[in-house]
Amino acid sequence: MARALIHMPATARRGEVIEIRALIGHPMETGYRPGADGKIVPRDIIRKFVCRYNGEQVFGAELHQAVSANPYIGFFTVATESGTLEFTWEGDNGFAQTEKMNLTVSAP
Amino acid sequence: MKRAVIAAAVICCVAVAALADERRSGAEFMGASTQAMQRDDTLNPGMLWVSGGELQWKTAAGASGKSCASCHGDAGKSMRGLAARFPAFDHVSKRTVNLNQRINMCRERRQQAPPLRAESEELLGLEAYVAMQSRGMPVAPPQDAGTRASAARGKQLYLQRMGQLNLSCAQCHDEQAGKRLAGSTIPQAHAAAYPIYRLEWQAMGSLQRRLRNCMSGVRAEIPGFGAQELVELEAWLAVRDKGMKMESPGVRP
Repeated sequence: MARALIHMPATARRGEVIEIRALIGHPMETGYRPGADGKIVPRDIIRKFVCRYNGEQVFGAELHQAVSANPYIGFFTVATESGTLEFTWEGDNGFAQTEKMNLTVSAP
Repeated sequence: MKRAVIAAAVICCVAVAALADERRSGAEFMGASTQAMQRDDTLNPGMLWVSGGELQWKTAAGASGKSCASCHGDAGKSMRGLAARFPAFDHVSKRTVNLNQRINMCRERRQQAPPLRAESEELLGLEAYVAMQSRGMPVAPPQDAGTRASAARGKQLYLQRMGQLNLSCAQCHDEQAGKRLAGSTIPQAHAAAYPIYRLEWQAMGSLQRRLRNCMSGVRAEIPGFGAQELVELEAWLAVRDKGMKMESPGVRP
């Protein structure tokens, strides 16, 4: 299980723009580098990141070889209603990880 | 009379220069974005290792069935300031050890667990978690005879020319600090931010990894992880850094 750290406010007012920061531990091996034995190390990267807010996708990203190891993704969304934000990373070799965070939205 | 006044002024200037601390953390030589990455825990990739270390702190290991927390409790209290006092002389093994060696000793002696491999994610995680509890505190190397003797040997090594390039640590980091080596600025070799997340490594690494890096750079024979020479160098660096603020987990380019 890779480690993931998500930073976002636990509470927000309706209509407020909130910042979300997601950091995950992953080698992001490009598939271009030779290993110690001279053979090419097979590619192992995260290919897709999606954030769903109560089931609806609010942010998505495609990742490629040029992205560094332990990718950090920061983005914004508008707080509409209380609920759960679900973060999913998917990648090579069947890599899949999901994290959930709760958000409580109060009247503006 | 005039000559005496000038002499007095010169002496005053020298005295002021001696008082002003000219030591600068490696962080001050970095770009603004890398500095921001270190300053902000939500950006710092080293926090991935710290969070892994925190988990391990609470997880039982070895035949004893004990976790670090079983004996040491809340790391925020028990480990506060500890990393600032390493390397330190260990009276049982009669040698000076650094923080990750100390962690492994605790694993072997108290938890009855196999030691963690040098530079493994687990060991760096625990080291980073313990070191972070001293963040902002001044480096305070122990004053006992054993540690001081190690630091003295470390100083010798620091001044010793080595490798095909025949360079000592001091020739770059004391005499040429602030100048450039290809694209990078030569820092003053202060080690209060370790273990660090180094962008070039794309990972966390210990001070020994950094020292071995430099030794390979001057094409010297590289001591293995945990070698006493490296620990002695670390002990001398701690003396050089005395009073500087702990930054772990640091970020470096």
